[in-house]
Amino acid sequence: MLAFRVDPRFSGSVTTEPPGARVAAGVAVPPDTVSQAWVERLGCPGPERDAAAAELHGLLLRAARFEIARRRAAFSHLGGADLDDLAWQSADDALMSILRRLGDFRGDSRFTTWACKFAIVEAGVKVRRHAWHGREVHVDSSFWPVVADTAPGPQQHAEARDLLLAVGEEVERLTARQREVFVAIALHDVPIDVLAERLNTTRGALYKTLHDARRKLRAALAARGLGIDVGGQP
Amino acid sequence: MTANVPDDARRLAERLLGPTDPELSCEECFDALDVYVERELAGAKADTEMPAMRAHLEGCSACRDDHDSLLALLRKGFGA
Repeated sequence: MLAFRVDPRFSGSVTTEPPGARVAAGVAVPPDTVSQAWVERLGCPGPERDAAAAELHGLLLRAARFEIARRRAAFSHLGGADLDDLAWQSADDALMSILRRLGDFRGDSRFTTWACKFAIVEAGVKVRRHAWHGREVHVDSSFWPVVADTAPGPQQHAEARDLLLAVGEEVERLTARQREVFVAIALHDVPIDVLAERLNTTRGALYKTLHDARRKLRAALAARGLGIDVGGQP
Repeated sequence: MTANVPDDARRLAERLLGPTDPELSCEECFDALDVYVERELAGAKADTEMPAMRAHLEGCSACRDDHDSLLALLRKGFGA
């Protein structure tokens, strides 16, 4: 049993349940009693809902701080107060999302696990965007990787070089949008959240574009007999 | 960017080209993330039960970061 720190902007206290797997794959089970209590308290307007929201916010804040601490290396230019402000913003946004999507909770996991993923994702997005703030996002393929001349054998070296060269050639045959997204995310490791913000779109839409680009590249390489397994793509 | 040996080049190509198995979208990954992580912590074969989830985590570094963080958070006993 764990007592969460109560956010000073709210009131209330909290306890939660012991951990454990909630569901075997494909087998629906009702929410455990503690999870059910969370949902009932948060879904019933009045002082009890406010108290439950305050307790939940404290939990989300701790989760957000945990995530930001994990990614702190990306924040060398930010002080502790800035980082904590980021955690507060993450917890606030996560709480809003949870209250809006409370009906989506089916009890397949503990409520606290379900809720914490909102805080983790919110904090992760903010971390990545802060880390890339002011940095240029490269979307051109002019720095395509090459195979160094230190390869152990001429044949292996040639195969590896040909494979990368072929990928590069096929990238040029993608649509402009697919190439832009592929080069930024897959080649230059631009976080998908950052690119989504710059291109004014969503993470899901960008990943769909990336997925389509990759599928097209794999098929093109397979057609050239370059041994990339196309697998079970639809 | 330079790949030093053929194996590096092949790994780089595989990373660029992403997973070959059918995979979830980012939205579906988010929806299933809590269940997947709890299954992992329970010692279940989450990858076998939800193969499309594993494929997406291999192909999407942002979702993989989120997964790794939630798993680490729960492993520390958070919420217990």
